[in-house]
Amino acid sequence: MTTTGVFEILGFLGIVLALARPLGVFMAGVFEGERTFLHPALGWLERLIYRLGGIREDAEQRWTEYAFALLAFAAVEFVLTYALLRLQGLLPLNPEGFGTAHAPGWAAPMTPDLAFNTAISFASNTNWQAYSGERTLGYFAQMAALTTQNFTSAAAGMAVAIAVIRGFARRESKTIGNFWVDTTRAAVYVLLPLALVAALVFVSQGVVQNWDAYTRVRTVEGATQVIAQGPVASQEAIKELGTNGGGFFNANSAHPFENPTPFTNLVQLVLMFLVSAGLTATFGHMVRDPRQGWALLAAMSLLFAVGAFVATAAEQRGNPILERLGVEAAAGAGQPGGNMEGKEVRFGIVDSALFATVTTDASCGAVNSMHDSYTPLGGLVPLFDIQTGEVIFGGVGAGLCGILLFAILAVFIAGLMVGRTPEYVGKRIEQKEVKMAMLALIATAFSILVFTALATSAPLAKGSAWNAPGPPAANAANAGPHGFTELLYAYSSATGNNGSAFAGLDADTPWYDVTTGVAMIIGRFLFLLPLLAAAGSLAAKKSIPVTAGTLPTGGGLFVALLVGTIIIVGALTFFPALSLGPIVEQFLMNQGRLFSLVLAVPGGVPWL
Amino acid sequence: MWRELSRAARLAAVFTVLTGLLYPAAVTGIAEALFPVQAHGSLVRAGGRTVGSALIGQAFTRPEYFHPRPSAAGYDATASSGSNLGPTSRELAERVRQAIARYRRENGGYAGPIPADAVTESASGLDPDISPANARIQAPRVAAARGVPVAEVLALVARRTERPWLDLFGDPRVNVLQLNLALDRRLPAGGPAPGAPEPRTMPHDGYR
Repeated sequence: MTTTGVFEILGFLGIVLALARPLGVFMAGVFEGERTFLHPALGWLERLIYRLGGIREDAEQRWTEYAFALLAFAAVEFVLTYALLRLQGLLPLNPEGFGTAHAPGWAAPMTPDLAFNTAISFASNTNWQAYSGERTLGYFAQMAALTTQNFTSAAAGMAVAIAVIRGFARRESKTIGNFWVDTTRAAVYVLLPLALVAALVFVSQGVVQNWDAYTRVRTVEGATQVIAQGPVASQEAIKELGTNGGGFFNANSAHPFENPTPFTNLVQLVLMFLVSAGLTATFGHMVRDPRQGWALLAAMSLLFAVGAFVATAAEQRGNPILERLGVEAAAGAGQPGGNMEGKEVRFGIVDSALFATVTTDASCGAVNSMHDSYTPLGGLVPLFDIQTGEVIFGGVGAGLCGILLFAILAVFIAGLMVGRTPEYVGKRIEQKEVKMAMLALIATAFSILVFTALATSAPLAKGSAWNAPGPPAANAANAGPHGFTELLYAYSSATGNNGSAFAGLDADTPWYDVTTGVAMIIGRFLFLLPLLAAAGSLAAKKSIPVTAGTLPTGGGLFVALLVGTIIIVGALTFFPALSLGPIVEQFLMNQGRLFSLVLAVPGGVPWL
Repeated sequence: MWRELSRAARLAAVFTVLTGLLYPAAVTGIAEALFPVQAHGSLVRAGGRTVGSALIGQAFTRPEYFHPRPSAAGYDATASSGSNLGPTSRELAERVRQAIARYRRENGGYAGPIPADAVTESASGLDPDISPANARIQAPRVAAARGVPVAEVLALVARRTERPWLDLFGDPRVNVLQLNLALDRRLPAGGPAPGAPEPRTMPHDGYR
């Protein structure tokens, strides 16, 4: 890879690390109810929301009450989003008339199964999209249904992370905070101000923000081009900041109206990691030992850097099959080189591979290049990032929960090795916590692997109501191991609440809408609820003093142990599946083997 | 339990109004005041009509214009999409083989290595840019079709090449629509038009 590429990746990481502590300490203040510099400007809004919502600021909840509030909020949001999507034809701000009798011929319908899938997707912070935004949704549905979910699902995730932190920070406490208060504070003091600023930065660079009808132009050569418009910048900002990832347009952040320049691209990259990086510092601050937060951030940064360099190097090396046809593989002399299929010129190889790594580390799911067209090794990185549970920074809130889950496992494994009861930040880790951590891990792995296995083998007939193309594997856009990878990626992305895709897969059939919908529910709630249970049990415990036998969890040894746990657990769980997909495909690509759904020529290709 | 569900419903309604209506409306209002051109799609006018958006690629097929990258969307700006073909796809290899043949044929039998962007389809299908190397290979064809010196077309390409941000983030690129409109203004068929020269900047590729 190019030297510029190395500096680019390190420069980006430097920006994130520099912002983590200031934001993290600010967030700790917000969630502990302190007055911050934003309170004079926004305090009235927080109080107004409490009054309208019937919320008492000082009412504390046990973990069961907290979990019930989380579920109740998600359920209401799901129903509301489903209704708004299905009724969009009756709503204003819909110049193209989607969902009405005047919809253009190329418009796609928001069917009941698609609306079910989309509503779960946005309420669970996944933002898996089986629809094409510019062909399916009016502006009111985009804003009131989807932009809202971008805020609320992110705020709810942050609230759960704060509750889990309180589990470690509090002593002999029956309660872990108040879900409504935490969610409101996350939205009012963190997400709204940052999103507003970011949205305006995006508009200044060319991201559109309007309620215009689609613009019809006659091009320079005289053809007609219809250009989709919309309130994009306001959704774009929270899409990245809240690690939601649901694009306004089908091409997501590859679309020039969502991400027009390398500068907006950098801002989007930083926004995706910002809150999750900050929450590690919030953790350190709230447990009164900043080194604990730094250790988590160090493990995340290390795993991120490895993934980013591997993906970039693989994409820069390119596709030897195309190279043999005459495509320049090396960067230089004003050309990007490498594998440019499914990538934009303004981002080139490095900004594309970096974005793919960040969006899957962060459980975001926005894409500025098409992961389906990546080289096998380049595509393995985002897939593995999702499968490790998205703990490398991770989704807002969910990422911190995930890394704490692995921290519990790491000290448990270390405890087994030396035969002592494990401890973490002053709390004994006992049966209940380890059981809950394992429940979260097994539920997500089960969902990914079992659904993929079902999709490869379900005996559906061609023309079936569940899946018109026949067996679910027939929906893949590529043959051979790459087609299998499309299925594995779909269920990994849905379960991991990521939302990015190997997008060739035709995922808008009742089979995929329902199965990925269930996978998203499992991945969100069978992940967060066990962690809330562990937090409730931890909060009730006494704090134990540090002794000579305590494994220090604020240093390099623990970082290595944590990284090892994450990789080993991920590798053991998913290596067999990965070896059937990207790993075998990498070998086949190097041999020049080709696979086809329609161009069935047996044997090799004469011109290769 | 019912009290919690009622809280959930009330909070959902409040957030729908706040983050789903007031926030986008505020961004729309401020954007309208501060960045009206960008907010409506950076539309470009030429010859008395709107010819497109500076940010959205459009098809060019005539020899006197620079050509954009192949597009999976056919430059339909209501259907953004990539090809989603994988690296071991025979369809991909066959499509690229034909694109290479066409590119060599169109550019006077150019026999060198092909810039990767020239024969691959972008992620959005609306990529407004091509690489500087791709533009330089097309320059002799464009110059011949217009009857102007190649050096002047190359100089225009160099002036229109955008460098990476801070020389670090992103790749060098040439916006095809803007380049072609500049061609029509500065180097119309049959010789250069009168008019002030564009500000000169040093050509720079940005790869080190």
